[in-house]
Amino acid sequence: MDRIPILKLGGALIVTIQVDMHDRLALALEEDLTAMIVRTGARGVLLEISALEIVDSFIGRMLVSIAAVSRVLDAETVVAGMRPAVAITLVELGLELTGIKTALNVERGMALIQARLAEEEEDGHGGDRDRYEG
Amino acid sequence: MTVTVTKADTLPIHSGDDVVRVRQRVRALAIEIGLGLVDQTKIITAASELARNTLDYGGGGDMRAEIVQAGMRKGLRLTFEDQGPGIADIDQAMTDHYTSGGGLGLGLGGAKRLSNEFHIESTPGAGTRVTIARWK
Repeated sequence: MDRIPILKLGGALIVTIQVDMHDRLALALEEDLTAMIVRTGARGVLLEISALEIVDSFIGRMLVSIAAVSRVLDAETVVAGMRPAVAITLVELGLELTGIKTALNVERGMALIQARLAEEEEDGHGGDRDRYEG
Repeated sequence: MTVTVTKADTLPIHSGDDVVRVRQRVRALAIEIGLGLVDQTKIITAASELARNTLDYGGGGDMRAEIVQAGMRKGLRLTFEDQGPGIADIDQAMTDHYTSGGGLGLGLGGAKRLSNEFHIESTPGAGTRVTIARWK
C-alpha cells in the first residue's frame, strides 16, 4: 500500500500531500504521523496541501483529527498552501477547520512553527515536554 | 426550456477508490464543458460528498454523469443512486451537522450549497437518489 512520506526538519515534521487522498491513505497518514511525533518529539507538523484539488468533509475531518491528536501530543499543526478555489469551496461547504492553524505557503507555515520553537527556547524550556503553556 | 443530454455515462461506487474515480471523472467533464476553476472545484467537492454518502449510508450504488444543454447553456448533471436503507426524514438529513454515521453531517446540505440545482428523492427501505447540476 502507498504511504505518504513524512520528513523531519529540526523540531518539525513536514508532509506534502500530492495524491488524491483515499480512505486508507488518510488513515495510514494519521497513524504514521502520530507515531512519528512520539518517536521524534516533534513540536510542529506542517501539512502542505497545494497539490490537493479539493478538500471535502472527509479530508477536512482527517486534517482536524490530525491536528487534535498532534495537540494532545504537544505538537502544533499548520496547514499550508491551500488553493484559493479550495478555500472558497470549503467555506461554502460549511467546513470549519477547528483547531488548525493555516498559512498561505510553506515558508509562512514553517515560520509559525519556528516561532513556537523559538518561544520555548527563550522560556528556557526547549525540549522540555512538561512545560506549562499559559 | 428543454434540457437535452449530449453525453452520459455511469460509474460504480462500491469502494473508496471508486470515490476517487468519481472525482476524476467529474473533473474531466467539468473541464470539457468549460467550467472555471472555482466552479470545477465546487462540483467536484459536491460529487465527492455525495459519492461518499452513497458508499457509507447507501451501501454503494452508482453515479450517472451527464453533460446537458439548455439553449446555449451547458451544464453538468450528476445523479447518485443507491438501493440502501433510504432516508426517513429528508429535512433532518439536510440539516448541517446532522449525521447518522459519525461524519460531519455536511454532505447533503454542503452539496446543495455547492450546486445550482439539487434534488433528492428517498424511499425508506428502497434507496436514495440525489441529483445535482452546475451550469456554465
